[in-house]
Amino acid sequence: MNTRNLILFAGVAGLFVLTGFGWSWNLALSILNMALLSSIMAMGVNMQWGYAGLFNTGVMGFTALGGLAVVVTSARPVAEGWAAGGWTILFSLFLGAATIATAIFLYNRMPKGRPRALTVAAVLLVGLFVFRHFFDPAVAAVEAFNPATYGNIGGLGLPALVAWPVGGLLAAAAAWAIGKTALGLRSDYLAIATLGIAEIIIAVMKNEDWLARGVKNIIDLPRPWPVPYEVALQQNETFLGMAASWGFNPVTGSTITVKLLYAGLFTAVLVLVILLSELALKSPWGRMMRAIRDNEVSAAAMGKDVTRRHLQIFILGSAVIGIAGAMMTSMDGQLTPGTYNPLRYTFLIWVMVIVGGSGNNWGSLLGGMLIGWLWLIVEDLGPGLMGLITSGMADGWLKSHLIDSAQHMRLLTLGVVLLLVLRFSPRGLIPEK
Amino acid sequence: MAEPFLIGQDMTGGYGGADILHSCTIAVEKGEIAVIVGPNGAGKSTAMKAVFGMLNLRGGHVKLDGEDITRLSPQARVRKGMGFVPQTHNIFTSMTVEENLEMGAFIRTDDCADTLAQVYDLFPILKQKRLQAAGELSGGQRQQVAVGRALMTQPKVLMLDEPTAGVSPIVMDELFDRIIEVARTGISILMVEQNARQALEIADKGYVLVQGANRFTDTGKALMADPEVRRSFLGG
Amino acid sequence: MDFLNALVAFLNFVFIPGLAYGSQLALGALGVTLIYGILRFSNFAHGDTMAFGTMVTILVTWAMQSVGIGFGPLPTALLALPFGIAATAVFLLLTDRVVYRFYRQKKAAPTILVIVSLGVMFVMNGVVRLIIGVDDQDFADGERFIITAGEFKTATGLAEGLALKTTQGVTVITAVITVAALFWFLQKTRTGKSMRAYSDNEDLALLSGINPDRVVQVTWILAAALATIAGVLYGLDKSFKPFVYFQLLLPIFAAAIVGGLGSPLGAIAGGFVIAFSEVMVTYAWKKVATYLLPESMAPEGLVQLMSTDYKFAVSFAILIIVLLFMPTGLFKGKSV
Repeated sequence: MNTRNLILFAGVAGLFVLTGFGWSWNLALSILNMALLSSIMAMGVNMQWGYAGLFNTGVMGFTALGGLAVVVTSARPVAEGWAAGGWTILFSLFLGAATIATAIFLYNRMPKGRPRALTVAAVLLVGLFVFRHFFDPAVAAVEAFNPATYGNIGGLGLPALVAWPVGGLLAAAAAWAIGKTALGLRSDYLAIATLGIAEIIIAVMKNEDWLARGVKNIIDLPRPWPVPYEVALQQNETFLGMAASWGFNPVTGSTITVKLLYAGLFTAVLVLVILLSELALKSPWGRMMRAIRDNEVSAAAMGKDVTRRHLQIFILGSAVIGIAGAMMTSMDGQLTPGTYNPLRYTFLIWVMVIVGGSGNNWGSLLGGMLIGWLWLIVEDLGPGLMGLITSGMADGWLKSHLIDSAQHMRLLTLGVVLLLVLRFSPRGLIPEK
Repeated sequence: MAEPFLIGQDMTGGYGGADILHSCTIAVEKGEIAVIVGPNGAGKSTAMKAVFGMLNLRGGHVKLDGEDITRLSPQARVRKGMGFVPQTHNIFTSMTVEENLEMGAFIRTDDCADTLAQVYDLFPILKQKRLQAAGELSGGQRQQVAVGRALMTQPKVLMLDEPTAGVSPIVMDELFDRIIEVARTGISILMVEQNARQALEIADKGYVLVQGANRFTDTGKALMADPEVRRSFLGG
Repeated sequence: MDFLNALVAFLNFVFIPGLAYGSQLALGALGVTLIYGILRFSNFAHGDTMAFGTMVTILVTWAMQSVGIGFGPLPTALLALPFGIAATAVFLLLTDRVVYRFYRQKKAAPTILVIVSLGVMFVMNGVVRLIIGVDDQDFADGERFIITAGEFKTATGLAEGLALKTTQGVTVITAVITVAALFWFLQKTRTGKSMRAYSDNEDLALLSGINPDRVVQVTWILAAALATIAGVLYGLDKSFKPFVYFQLLLPIFAAAIVGGLGSPLGAIAGGFVIAFSEVMVTYAWKKVATYLLPESMAPEGLVQLMSTDYKFAVSFAILIIVLLFMPTGLFKGKSV
């Protein structure tokens, strides 16, 4: 940490303080929480790109899987849904997995040629029909139960904090499967492949209503310990007493308290991630990782198993993204698959990594906080600002169009910021040491 | 003595790091064949690339027909009348033979049909295969395409970087015959060769390079006769 | 068994939509593959280039409609298309001058160029949304159908109807003309050949005196034309929505990679492979099967392999299969 970096961080902190004083602390804290989550995601991407040179454009998918984990882990179980077909669904999913495993096994074991192709195809086809035979009616049964409120199997009803590591695990499992198939590919093929997988994950989450109600959304997910509900706080005697003695409005105070607690939790996770990845980076493992990134051929020639290392870091980075995704869904209290958008959840994170400085955790943190702030502040203040700019104009089509489109300015702005950084400071604000 | 048609004089330089060439001089007269030979790593190809402007010289100069071209880019040298056939990747594999030749004539604004006919006369097999993708041809035929492509600009000097690398002895002899034919039309030939003995046999002038410097320079015949050259570089 | 009706149902619900969609994908993939072949990077901004070109075309179409210019039974957008292409070409050439040229001269790694194209993607995305907004725009006018299902039924007496939308006909014909023109350009003209030469062997192309700046400029102009045409055809056939165009990136890249990146012929083949797989896997075959099978064996379910929502999964699965088993694609592409 040198003076320059300290000034940069102080500057970003200043932006948040300014937001607090200038507009509201509520807004400043909302932005802070999202920025913290984005920073953690940026660190996950940074592990993959900065340490290993893996071009993952499926960030959105891992984020969403983290969100799904929250539902699966901490949502209240829907006993009727389970009874209607939960076990059959699980059984058919197992059948599906077994089919794919058999096909892969046969593919690896049988000699190359027409018989192998036909057998594998036959196994897959039969497997698909058997799978659909059990799966379809079970899904219909589950989704038939009280579709306005449920129509799904619900979760395990475990505490929300448990869901965070589960989010990491779910993302890691997906990353393992993706890595096994796609990591051998060239860098831009990997990018296309991960982009596609992310879209598929979102498609599954939107359409498999039995799982998490799809686009009908799941709401009222439990809050993680120790975050209370605002309503509960407002009725809490101690809290009201504090509000009275310190002289703040209990309603505003309660929302700010909740947000502060989230910020504390997120910061704890963030510090843990930074600590662990800095330690890992300085270990022999981290040095080897960078050696592989800088010269894959010579690292392979020295007997390093490049693909295996890549798989490791791909899984680790994706797990970090998954944890952040779970935390985000926990904070929102709801899972809304329709809101996942690659521009926001994949490419924005990439901008954070590049602008902050790839290969450097502190850079990702700075980039996440700065770009996160920029993105959200424009969302909240853009229309007002545009209103101010256009206040001299006559009311009419153009004025209302400009005010409406203010929020799209941020895409443009971010694109320009990314291009400027790439051109004039390609190593980012805090370059790798 | 009049200056040679093409001369790279006292060339010193390398690809950025340490110098590879040390005051090396290569020259070729009009219509003659000059051959650069020497052990591996002697800087043969580097010397040729220096003449063609593919590396920056720290010292020395290159003159073509009395004109100093030391500062010109390779592309500009092509326009001045130099043709270059790289050792590898010297054809457009996905394009037909005829298209390869057409691309060779890209800088010409006049009609190149005559030159095309001349190249086909020189390499009849290319005429036969003119609509076939160049990448599908045999090694020797590919080299003919590569030489033909370079001839399409009607160069005054043709530079060949190991034209016979990787082709069979029979094909090699045929290629050398063709090269002699090209020289007879008045085109100067400068080539780097691994097959030193056969190359020196057809050479008017031979350069033996060692560690980026001239070791022996003489006519091809004289070098072949020189016992020291024979012992050290031609395997007895 | 009713073979004729089955065939008509197949043509109506699978073949014609697949053909139109495939043409649109093929044109998009051609743009991607050209840029990959010449500039040697995967252009993530291509979907948004399509959106930009379509947007300009829509704006010009509206202007033409407002002054009463029409194209008879054909969509007015076809008249506006040249303006869209020109504007997109200018935009891309400007982008190249301001953004890409710097990295080309530095000989930056392809991955860096991909990230740069992400930046360009953001900018284009912003520009498009700023100007036309995020909503659906339907800009098809003229006759809606060449043949309606009802006309077909009365004419043939078959139970199954065959509808051919004007936009589908326009798509296929425009695509054929565009592809023919592109191939003529690449195969027969001096500039086209020099582009192929540059794509094949850059160093030798430079040695032959081919001007790389000119090759790059022509490539951007062609990419602009292909992207705009693909975008307008897709928009006419379905509708224009900026986000959908961004998402088209996936099937388009799948098509280009399946065909073999850098190979124009492959891009076309890939476009149709992806389009037909998507349509066939997500089509409910019940109708066709009912006509073909004896009554006792008629299927109860929809006979649909996958729900339409998973069409991304189809293009993606094909992409992965091709990449794993033939990494350079169906037609041997580049693997730089």
